[in-house]
Amino acid sequence: MSTSSSNRSGVILAVATFVLLGGGIALALLWAPEDADQGPSQRIFYIHVPLALTAYACFFWGAWKGLRLLWTREERYDLEGYTAVHMGLIFGLLTLATGSIWAKISWGVWWSWGERQLVLFLILFLFYSAYFMLRYSLEPGASRANISAVYALLGVVLIPVSFLAIRLAENFIHPVVFTRDVQDNLPTEMLVTFCVCLAGMLALAATLYQNELLGKRLDERVRELREVLQ
Amino acid sequence: MSSGEKYLSAAYVVVLLTVLAYLLIHSLRLARLSRELGELTEQARAKAAADG
Amino acid sequence: MSGYIRDAAALARKDLLLELRGKELLPAMALFVLAMLVAFRFALTSEQEAASQGLLWVAIVFTALLALGRAFVPEREQGILDALVLAPCDRSAIWLGKVLATMAFLLVVEAVALPAFGLFFGGVSWATVAAVVLANVGICAVGTLLAAMAVAGRAREVLLPLLFLPLAIPVVVGGVGATVADDPARYLAFLGLYDGVFAILAWATFEYVVVE
Repeated sequence: MSTSSSNRSGVILAVATFVLLGGGIALALLWAPEDADQGPSQRIFYIHVPLALTAYACFFWGAWKGLRLLWTREERYDLEGYTAVHMGLIFGLLTLATGSIWAKISWGVWWSWGERQLVLFLILFLFYSAYFMLRYSLEPGASRANISAVYALLGVVLIPVSFLAIRLAENFIHPVVFTRDVQDNLPTEMLVTFCVCLAGMLALAATLYQNELLGKRLDERVRELREVLQ
Repeated sequence: MSSGEKYLSAAYVVVLLTVLAYLLIHSLRLARLSRELGELTEQARAKAAADG
Repeated sequence: MSGYIRDAAALARKDLLLELRGKELLPAMALFVLAMLVAFRFALTSEQEAASQGLLWVAIVFTALLALGRAFVPEREQGILDALVLAPCDRSAIWLGKVLATMAFLLVVEAVALPAFGLFFGGVSWATVAAVVLANVGICAVGTLLAAMAVAGRAREVLLPLLFLPLAIPVVVGGVGATVADDPARYLAFLGLYDGVFAILAWATFEYVVVE
């Protein structure tokens, strides 16, 4: 079992997060040039899109862990996959929240069916919330681990299929499509800021993931210890 | 502060609060684990004393 | 290979015979879908007539849920699933057999629902029929896998719709698109893609869901 109590990787990740995300946010708020069309509110882009990309990364990570579990039948992948999906859901919710705020600023509405990312994350939120309902209804064990792994794989296939569906649906749903003036060539300063923020968000997700995982494993060991001592 | 900037801050604050909430939950978990570990250590000592 | 098909066919035949003998599911499903269509008629105001086309797909999805909800319950209750799993047949043949049986049930019910829909809401196009057939494959492929998952736990009647509906959204998009859009081919192709991708995934992973 890989439960090294020194948690060295966790500390390194936390430091990296501090530097990257802290620096990134500073860049986003202070250094990056203001967008000519959208004004100061465009700066949400520097956290909203990294949040979305990080959420996708977490879901893919969870599916990978699921695949490893089905492949090797090693129990530890169950907890790792569960934690990854948990992280993904949190980042997904943050994506929805920041996306909604951005919609409110840009177009005065809290929700727009024309925003593909928002709609996709709504579907994913429903799907991955059901993951937890599923786990809750099953007894802990190998069966629950297998089923969770398969479900995580379904999710990762659902992401591109849903995105395609949302695009196709626009032909007949005719949402009021608001457009932002998306610059094709992002000015270098904006690109740099975005990349730093993205790296920072990924580092944040990795740090939270490590900590959550360690916390859960410690829970397990304490429980084990309790049983041995009874 | 224009309303745009207000919402901008709201977005950043939401993210910050979520991370802080997470930290809070984890501190509580650490506290609980410490307490439980303390209890179990006591039990182990008592057991060792009883056996020994 | 022929043994595999034979196993799946035998399992499908068992489900079909059980239903023919018991006659519980099909009449219920047919009545359910008719009742839904009537309810929809009252749910739509006259300005929303056009919306009725999409509602056909809601009806199909929920009627499918009826069949899927029952899919593995008899097996679980009588411990047959464990016996099937121990039997020397490929576990995915269980999946295939169940998919074939469920598709058969759906087709029978749709043979009632589509004419009724055409009657109540004015006509059903060939694109719609094609979309329904294609959608059946995807619905049953994914639904059977999810039904096996749900049946393994508690609160299975509540859990299955929760698991199924997010995955059904692309099917609804494909179906409604094929029904209302000017060129349905794109949506039919999308349904085909959905079917292919999820059928392969469900077929490959089914054994992990039923084995301890």
